[in-house]
Amino acid sequence: MMNVLALEFPPVTHLFEWPDFLFTDTPVALNKTGAIYVLALLLTAGLFWAAGRRRALVPVGAQTVAETGIEFVESNIIMQTIGPDGRRYLPLLTTMFFFIFFSNIFGVIPLVQFPANSRMAIPLALALVVWVIYHYVGIRTQGFFGYFKGSLFPPGVPWPLYILVAPIELLQILLIRPLSLAIRLWANMVAGHLLLVSFAVLSAALWGAGFIPAALPFFALILITAFEIFVSALQAFIFTILTAVYIGGSLHPQH
Amino acid sequence: MLALISTILAQLTGDGEAGLSAIGAGLGYGLAAIGPGIGIGIVVGNAITAMARQPESAGVARTTMFLGIAFTEALALIGFVVFILLLP
Repeated sequence: MMNVLALEFPPVTHLFEWPDFLFTDTPVALNKTGAIYVLALLLTAGLFWAAGRRRALVPVGAQTVAETGIEFVESNIIMQTIGPDGRRYLPLLTTMFFFIFFSNIFGVIPLVQFPANSRMAIPLALALVVWVIYHYVGIRTQGFFGYFKGSLFPPGVPWPLYILVAPIELLQILLIRPLSLAIRLWANMVAGHLLLVSFAVLSAALWGAGFIPAALPFFALILITAFEIFVSALQAFIFTILTAVYIGGSLHPQH
Repeated sequence: MLALISTILAQLTGDGEAGLSAIGAGLGYGLAAIGPGIGIGIVVGNAITAMARQPESAGVARTTMFLGIAFTEALALIGFVVFILLLP
């Protein structure tokens, strides 16, 4: 019988769950996802270590990449959202950007081909870090009651609406912000990986079926790969800029 | 065409629960994508208008556009999460 509904397609978990291959049965067991994260961490640290080792006036190699990245985060993220007093968050935001970008980009690197952020753990952990930071910044600059009053009762709203606005804002700063940060990064990477896998399987299955049926999915696969490179950078950028927006909102209360 | 429909029906009756939840998942994601699709269109369209009118403020417009896209897109992504949860 022809399989019209594709119910025999392997379950999604086959694409995202990897067996442990190192230190099995210990708390530090390592699978593919963990190995990619370790690699991304080493890449981020190594990039800035290599860039800062010899500071040339005319940058070459790793220093060019690091300086471009720092300048991008400073002028396009911090200056646009927080302002000049956000410069002290430059190390945090730059590290975050490069770490997320490196762990995303492994989704299109041949032989690895798994975006580590398509597992929920690290996006959620990063979002919790952001959650702690913006609450801490807000409470330190405005005081506990000032921070929550400023967040729950934004000025310029007619007072009966506060009955509606205050609970929504409370839910927003306590739950929706970190969850949407984590889910946005995770779901984008899952969707991209599924798209790549589907088209790779499709072009492999249709490879011998003549020029047009074989060429079309393969061409689409190339386009999707390019799109995934763009999405990797874009999601790193969006995660970082939203972090900056949240920190900026805690730092400068609305008047 | 008739053969296709009868094949679909045969698979539905053979494994009804899984087939129906697969159809529900597909429909659910499709419905969840409508609103954010329109919303992102509005956001990007207006950002392009702003950039064309005032090219000197293109930087701010672009940053705000990405923010607006990110917030709008969250709804579609929640639909995508439901899609994965509903898959048999």
